Amino acid sequence: MSPIRAALFKELRLELRTPQTIPAMALFAMTTFVVFHFALQEPTVEGELAAGVLTVTLLFAAMLGINRLFVADHEDGGFDGFLLAPVDRSTLLVAKAVSLIAFLVIVELVAVPLFAVLLLEPGLDLTMIARLMLVLSLTNAGVAAIGTVVAALAIKTRARDLIVPLIALPLLMPVVIGTARCLDPTFTSTGAQALPGRWLLILGLYDLVFGLLAYAVFDYLLED
Amino acid sequence: MLHGSRLRLYSLLTVVFLVGGFALAAFWAPMDADQGFMQKIFYVHVPMAITALIGFVAGGWFAIQYLRKGDSRDDLRSYVAIHIAVVLGVGVLLTGALWAKASWGRWFVWDEPTLTSFLIVFLLYCTYTPLRFSIPEPERQARYAAVFAVIGGAFVPLNFLAVRLAEPLIHPRTLNSTGSLPTEVRTSFFLSLIGMILLFITLCKYEMASKNATAQMRALRRKLGGDDGGVAKRTAAPTVDVP
Repeated sequence: MSPIRAALFKELRLELRTPQTIPAMALFAMTTFVVFHFALQEPTVEGELAAGVLTVTLLFAAMLGINRLFVADHEDGGFDGFLLAPVDRSTLLVAKAVSLIAFLVIVELVAVPLFAVLLLEPGLDLTMIARLMLVLSLTNAGVAAIGTVVAALAIKTRARDLIVPLIALPLLMPVVIGTARCLDPTFTSTGAQALPGRWLLILGLYDLVFGLLAYAVFDYLLED
Repeated sequence: MLHGSRLRLYSLLTVVFLVGGFALAAFWAPMDADQGFMQKIFYVHVPMAITALIGFVAGGWFAIQYLRKGDSRDDLRSYVAIHIAVVLGVGVLLTGALWAKASWGRWFVWDEPTLTSFLIVFLLYCTYTPLRFSIPEPERQARYAAVFAVIGGAFVPLNFLAVRLAEPLIHPRTLNSTGSLPTEVRTSFFLSLIGMILLFITLCKYEMASKNATAQMRALRRKLGGDDGGVAKRTAAPTVDVP
């Protein structure tokens, strides 16, 4: 088994044996929908409002996941175990980022149908699902690249729960803009309009730049 | 560089360029037909914003140098560049708000990409000092801060691209449109810009000289009294090694 797959399976097995992060993220997403319903005082949302509600909910749920990403390694000596293994350090980055993406996808599989049931005015149809999959996969990649680096940065600080959202939210602002812009024409009640290609391109560019950057700087975040 | 070499020269040049640029802007450059004297804030606001952004990117550049070579002076340079750029950033947001109030009638305008992206960058860099503060070990503090500065340095241009594409343009594109400006405006603007960059460099040199003097003072005290002369304060700033 390749090192990346081994590290990835370890993450997934850990979450499978003691489900902690994913249920918390999903529950948080659902609660946030309820909060939005009462705070906006709207029975249903559509268009840009719907795009905003879904983007914000997924982003804040992702913050929970990012906060927990390295906690087990930090508390139970997972870092030492990894550093003793004769593998490249970026293995850990890739495994963590992919597991974060997996967490996000599972949460989205729960949260998006819930969103459609609870708040969304136009119903989910196949085109909408296909578009959501395209846009959210780009979003997830960006969140995972930034999230993994920020989580690794924050885990050794004394104020990690404060540091993660403070650093990650401004850094993810282009992702927020791009996701909201892409989802806005998808959620219109008069039928989905064309996806803005420019915004897909920006999301892709963001993923590429910060994916490479995360790869370049991650080694410095692990102890010698 | 750490001993504040040529501080006097830089201070003098800064005063000459800034005062000269502002004087030309106030008395020589033509009055704006629409906005009147309020438009003169352009000669403070824009150079300050450009300098702050250059400072953030420079902080990232020194951080790369630190990560590559491990010289703690590069860490200090990166810290000082970002610190002064954040201070300038406060000035940019304040002067921008004044100008926006005067010309658009509101303190902050959201459909204004340059303003919005500057705010996002500013918010990001505001977390630089808390991040340093929350890491007690000096070596790790420097390393983690460098990683932050590298990511931030790359984030600045990409963020501007994203936000700029998001909104229609109502903010004047300064550097693109200088070609069409009268000579008086252009000359005053570039003099102010040079003055502002000199101000940035001078402030950085002063802060580094001050950090260095404090470290030397502590080393001397230690030599004299055997004791530190009090507990060293916890600080977000890099510690300078004195031989």
